[in-house]
Amino acid sequence: MSGTGYQGKKNIPHLTSERLLIKGGRVVNDDQSQYADIYVEDGIIKQVGENLIVPGGVKVIEANGCLVIPGGIDVNTCLHKPYLGTPPVDDFYQGTKAALAGGTTMIIDHVTPQPGESLLEAFEKWQEVADKKSCCDYSLHVDIPHWHEGVKEELEQLVQEKGINSFQVYMAYKGLFQMPDSQLYEAFSFLKELGAVVLVHAENGDLIAQEQSKILGMGITGPEGHPLSRPEELEAEAVFRAITLGNRVNCPVYITKVMSKSAADTVATARKKGSVVFGEPITASLATDGSHYWSKNWAKAAAYVTSPPLSPDPMTPDHLHSLLSCGDLQVVGSGHCAYSTSQKAIGKDNFTLIPEGTNGVEERMGFVWDKAVAMGKMDENQFVAVTSTNAAKIFNLYPRKGRIAVGSDADIVIWDPDKIKTITAKAQQSALEYNIFEGMECHGGPVYVVSQGRIVFEEGKLQVQQGTGRFISRKPFPDVAYQRIKYRNKMMSKQGVSRGMYDGPVYDVPATPKYITPAPSAKTSPTTHQPPPIRNLHQSNFSLSGAQIDDNIPRRSGHRIVAPPGGRSNITSLG
Amino acid sequence: MAERRSADRDGDLPVYLARPGTADQLPRQKYGGLFCNVEGAYESKTIDFDALTVGQRSSRSPRATNREELKPSKHQTNFPSSHSEREAKDTVQIKHAFEKEAPQHLDKSERLLIKGGRIVNDDQSFYADIYIEDGVIKQIGDNLIVPGGVKTIEADGKMVIPGGIDIHTHLQMPFRGTSTVDDFSQGTKAALAGGTTMIVDHVIPEPGSSLVEAFERWREWADEKACCDYSLHVDITHWNDSIKQEVLSLIKEKGVNSFQVYMAYKDLYQMSNSELYEIFTFLGEHGGIAQVHAENGEIIAEEQNRMLEMGITGPEGHVLSRPEELEAEAVFRAVTIGSQTNCPLYVTRVMSKSAADIISQARKKGNVVFGEPITASLGTDGTHYWSKNWAKAASFVTSPPLSPDPTTPDYLNTLLASGDLSVVGSAHCTFSVAQKAIGKDDFTQIPEGVNGAEERMSVIWDKAVVTGKMDENMFVAVTSTNAAKILNLYPRKGRIAVGSDSDLVIWDTDATRTITAKTHHSAAEYNVFEGMELRGAPMLVVCQGKIVLEDGNLHATAGTGRFIPCSPYPDFAYKRVKARKQLAILKAVPRGMYDGPVSEFSPMSRGGTPSASTRTSPTKAPARNFYQSGFTLSGPEEAPIRPAGRRIVVPPGGRSNITSLS
Repeated sequence: MSGTGYQGKKNIPHLTSERLLIKGGRVVNDDQSQYADIYVEDGIIKQVGENLIVPGGVKVIEANGCLVIPGGIDVNTCLHKPYLGTPPVDDFYQGTKAALAGGTTMIIDHVTPQPGESLLEAFEKWQEVADKKSCCDYSLHVDIPHWHEGVKEELEQLVQEKGINSFQVYMAYKGLFQMPDSQLYEAFSFLKELGAVVLVHAENGDLIAQEQSKILGMGITGPEGHPLSRPEELEAEAVFRAITLGNRVNCPVYITKVMSKSAADTVATARKKGSVVFGEPITASLATDGSHYWSKNWAKAAAYVTSPPLSPDPMTPDHLHSLLSCGDLQVVGSGHCAYSTSQKAIGKDNFTLIPEGTNGVEERMGFVWDKAVAMGKMDENQFVAVTSTNAAKIFNLYPRKGRIAVGSDADIVIWDPDKIKTITAKAQQSALEYNIFEGMECHGGPVYVVSQGRIVFEEGKLQVQQGTGRFISRKPFPDVAYQRIKYRNKMMSKQGVSRGMYDGPVYDVPATPKYITPAPSAKTSPTTHQPPPIRNLHQSNFSLSGAQIDDNIPRRSGHRIVAPPGGRSNITSLG
Repeated sequence: MAERRSADRDGDLPVYLARPGTADQLPRQKYGGLFCNVEGAYESKTIDFDALTVGQRSSRSPRATNREELKPSKHQTNFPSSHSEREAKDTVQIKHAFEKEAPQHLDKSERLLIKGGRIVNDDQSFYADIYIEDGVIKQIGDNLIVPGGVKTIEADGKMVIPGGIDIHTHLQMPFRGTSTVDDFSQGTKAALAGGTTMIVDHVIPEPGSSLVEAFERWREWADEKACCDYSLHVDITHWNDSIKQEVLSLIKEKGVNSFQVYMAYKDLYQMSNSELYEIFTFLGEHGGIAQVHAENGEIIAEEQNRMLEMGITGPEGHVLSRPEELEAEAVFRAVTIGSQTNCPLYVTRVMSKSAADIISQARKKGNVVFGEPITASLGTDGTHYWSKNWAKAASFVTSPPLSPDPTTPDYLNTLLASGDLSVVGSAHCTFSVAQKAIGKDDFTQIPEGVNGAEERMSVIWDKAVVTGKMDENMFVAVTSTNAAKILNLYPRKGRIAVGSDSDLVIWDTDATRTITAKTHHSAAEYNVFEGMELRGAPMLVVCQGKIVLEDGNLHATAGTGRFIPCSPYPDFAYKRVKARKQLAILKAVPRGMYDGPVSEFSPMSRGGTPSASTRTSPTKAPARNFYQSGFTLSGPEEAPIRPAGRRIVVPPGGRSNITSLS
């Protein structure tokens, strides 16, 4: 039945004949659970309720009291991110297959243009590839590798014409993607005007670079050098800085890949203070820890390499689940970026060259259930919120995605809480030859997965066809992020104090430029043409001193103190 | 006598007290960490432990008679050696000081006996008399036998505390061809009037100039004018290899152990994260203390632009463009870098609650970090920036700014009392109104600095001790002892003990004075604490063994101040750092060679955007440059096995779907 009659492209409800009735399940949304049947037609949920009146010839799925939940949304995948020219082994086909097998019916992938490359072109390339291969609906984040004037135009176009509302910036990868604080400030300001969500890869790249050279200098070249050179506090520091920037600009900030306790705590504290910040732990940080970096098996150790690294603290997954349950962290991504062992082996003699990324798109929902719901930390509604609804809200897909309601897309998962599955590379959909969760037992899993109104996963069997996935465009100014921002904008308009003119004596500043530090401003972005009026204690200010002096007191040339810099004259010059 | 006493007491005293005491200045070896007692701190001190147990002077008489017979012999035998050794030590350490001391030796023969005071150190308080000769405390105890003709001061049970150490001043600081109105003479007079007997000033070399030259210039100014002992911090305003050498020679030869770096003042003093990392690493290796001015300069620059664009040009723009969280952010970052490099960190000017919170959290996590609130942040708040009177508003301009939150001073005093913040400076840096008016049309041009050297001790007494937050011992710790420990001057400074410098203050807890610019000793025509009524004031100040403040009259002489060299590796900060260094050795995992297939990759050099790396420091490390050429690496690594034909030359993000598992 799957894929029958389909060959159309997106936006056309191509499965018109497909009609489904899901009976006897408990419909779980993020706000409530209820027993109800669901009738699906044309890829859209048409009716929710009991004793539905449906046409004949409808395929009926018996849910048998299992949970019926909105399909998962995986907000962080990299299915096409090349590393030194080689793409990851899981492309949009393999990756979305794995996603569907795990109960995820939509992914949001990262477009990663290289520095200097056009964002638009990269976006189109990604879209083209994904349209051909993707098996489920998808959307795209665009990463901004480099901030300059030209980017602004492209961003505007992406937001207004292409349906992108989220952009990632990097605080790490020095010399490549990393932006200094002033560029981040500009990027945040601009993206806020566009109504986009700023995703931040938060690690202090400057310090990482220093640590890497130190650790390589000590002769540590294996994967253990990766976490050693990226300690937890560098992540926490960058998260703190990103939040500070977000507060200053009054812009929502979304922290991708929250990997450590202290980073998560920083996010939680900031939220308590009222910052608009979202935190996204990933499958790997929720299910395993960084002790494997010290494995004697190089290939195994390398498999865990991702940035920020998994925390060596074995209590981390537990802590992250607690924060996820109480709402301090909002969304679970997978950070799925699968490089084969031979690709990882590019860095066999130097850990800084190991391509970064772990698997997790297939295991994402299962581990949240296993480690949070089955442990009693989280209820089923919160489970739906963190795996699907919150993501839909933050990225402005709600209620089309992330909810089972009349009119929503028919992305539905029938979830069996009692299903037990042992994770192994042999049984996985991903093309990887390893799995970082190898051997772990996972409670809870999908029985049926319905994507776009079609059953794509049934009793362990996938029935998918590549190219069926549609690009879902997203509008700017998502309410969950921007409603507060709008009010704060109104509140935050600052006013100067109206005072009478100061008419006392003014110390006469020598107008000769003593020195100007030549170099440091080279890196400021080309937008700041005018010299920023920062407080340069020793620098001259032509325009100001001129205006000042002429205004009030006649210039007395004899009054000027022409002393060598740091001269010993002790004239208090009170006039 | 010493032997006899030790024999008596061996049974019931801790080992370190039972050691035969000698009054001479052994090179003190210290053990233990943080607030531990210094080994030998009790040595040769005539602490009357009987008195301590009873707590009353009068009740001690029965046994005092016994000791009276013993005492003379002890002190007479010990004096000469102690004195000569001390001289010898001083001549070795501070040659310059002695040239200057010579003319004053007439005054120096001044001998003082302070009777009936309650000596308050950071660890304990007790009643005892103090005998001072040659600027050094010679005896402490009851019923001291002293030569005739000694000037006696009756303390009448008042507190006798070690003179304050103001660890942060900017006296005579050059600014655009002028300098702060308080020079070393005026500023130290103000300090003495407030009970502070030592200052530590900041040397600020202009970016690009030599640190050592700037240091010498400051020395010259201070030697000429300072009225009390002083020491110097040197600010590192730019960083390169030659500066490294200068820092080293300052540490090793010039007696500077603390260096300030700036995270603010973009394009002027500001250091990038990697420069900070290098500086911290360097200081950590050589026993220096890294002081930071913690504010995020990048964001400040952006905010200042924004404020000016909005038409806010008055002093309120200063605080609006430097919000509290930028301070907290930078403190957080500095703590992170300090802990990565294992270097003790000292945050100057903690002005806001959130910055103080970050420091106290970091200390709880075990980081070696010290926070320094200043007089202004403890005594007043930033609401005055909105004053209609421009001159008043401008007088509060300092960086980081005073927090507009009026509960901040109270909060900082609480953290100070609990030990989360360690020392109090004044950041005394005074400009006249005319000088401040340079920025009358643009707040970014207002010279920054507030007064506070004179009010420092009283503000803490009034806000923390009188309110019951802090006890008198902690008061001594935060105003004097901790600073001495950080500067590695302890126990010469910061303690009342035999052999210590005789910088001490008789503190009148009942005195009340109202702060006003009319009566203060600073040359500035405003005072940020104007009108504030403060309880607690110095009644008498002894500096270098001479009375400099008595009955409200100041008898300070410019040029009497000596430079006190600080040695590196202060135990207070470095004991833990040293231990951690040994622990923190990272080890690689021994593995067999990976001999599986290695994916081919194209070493593209296209990732390097030309402008992006211009600012990186020259010593840059091999960062993870995904797309940048790994020439050096790929060369040796790939050369033997590279099959040239197999390279996958795809356009970036090309559509080929080769999994390249081979």
